Amino acid sequence: MATFWKPLKDPLSESNPITIQILGICSALAVTVKLETAVVMALALTVVTTGSNLVISLIRNSVPSRIRMIVEMVVVSTLVILADQFLRAYLFDISRQLSVFVGLIITNCIVMGRLEAFALKNPPIPSVLDGLGNGLGYGAVLVAVATVRELLGSGRLFGHAVVPAALYRHGYVNNGLLLLAPGAFIVLGLLIWAQRTLIRHYETA
Amino acid sequence: MELLSLAIKSIFIENILLSSFLGMCSFLAISKRMETAIGLGVAVIFVQSITVPVNWALRRVFLAPGALAWTGVPALAALDLSFLTFIVFIATIASMVQLVEMTLDRFFPRLYQSLGIFLPLITVNCAILGGSLFMVERNYGAAQAAVFGVASGAGWALAIVAMGAIRRKLRYSNVPPGLRGLGITMIMTGLMAMTFMIFSGIQL
Repeated sequence: MATFWKPLKDPLSESNPITIQILGICSALAVTVKLETAVVMALALTVVTTGSNLVISLIRNSVPSRIRMIVEMVVVSTLVILADQFLRAYLFDISRQLSVFVGLIITNCIVMGRLEAFALKNPPIPSVLDGLGNGLGYGAVLVAVATVRELLGSGRLFGHAVVPAALYRHGYVNNGLLLLAPGAFIVLGLLIWAQRTLIRHYETA
Repeated sequence: MELLSLAIKSIFIENILLSSFLGMCSFLAISKRMETAIGLGVAVIFVQSITVPVNWALRRVFLAPGALAWTGVPALAALDLSFLTFIVFIATIASMVQLVEMTLDRFFPRLYQSLGIFLPLITVNCAILGGSLFMVERNYGAAQAAVFGVASGAGWALAIVAMGAIRRKLRYSNVPPGLRGLGITMIMTGLMAMTFMIFSGIQL
């Protein structure tokens, strides 16, 4: 039973796609200015990895390995187009804020990485769990970074002001740097440090 | 003059890596060694300056709403194929990389040898696809697209070469174990992004 859930559980911490496998960093930095965009992006990516893992795992025995990259690209792009059109139809505001990053799920290394490393070699059900796990692991990091950046950077969570006005009257100031690019890099760097120290995963370099 | 200003803007102020976070994966993986960093940097400039204008042309001729009007068929002229943008762009990039690889192999074997494995890696570098998508989102014209392609590639190359140099020096520092590798690189990139922000007042 433990091995059945392994593909779902591992990516949440021990083999987290962002902090340990170093995959999919671009979008993790770009969409974390606000929690709202981070959550939507995490959901979109989870849907795409789960879906593409399922499809590729189903056809894994009938695709010649020489053209597998192209097949993977086509499957992934199709799913991304679906996700993008869905967001445009129902969540237009958020899809504007995510700008090019929904499209960039195509080149998000998590998706390709999981297809190559897992879905090509495993049957559909573990592959779906693996996709789901990696999507959620990615989402967990996104939400953590976005919480810090939105709370300290603009004093809000999900767009609602949470820092009491009394604090501002006593001289508390939002740290605008966290909303800019350097803030994203540094917050993620510190998060990686904390997580790797917790699970004792050290690089030798 | 306007084009020069666009070039400066895309190299320094809106550096595609440091302010749009594109191409982070290969940036983190390849910046360990200076030589490989330079190799990949050059390859990105090369591919980026080809794919952005080519994608611009493809979009103009086939994908934009009403772009098929040149065929003279009314049914085609009313068509809006822009939902195909992603799939067409990624196909262009993959085939352009392949084409560049073959041309280099045939005519410039030495350059091909030195770029080596980096060319195929570029297909999945999000800076390339991102450059093309930004070109669409910001509505660039032909000349602007060409300049943007070269300049954004150059900005990316600049960042990775600088990081390669910093990481070479870093080997002599005693970094806390959990921060080694990825962690410290992220923080250094943050500091680098901060220094690049000093360019942000510049207007030409």
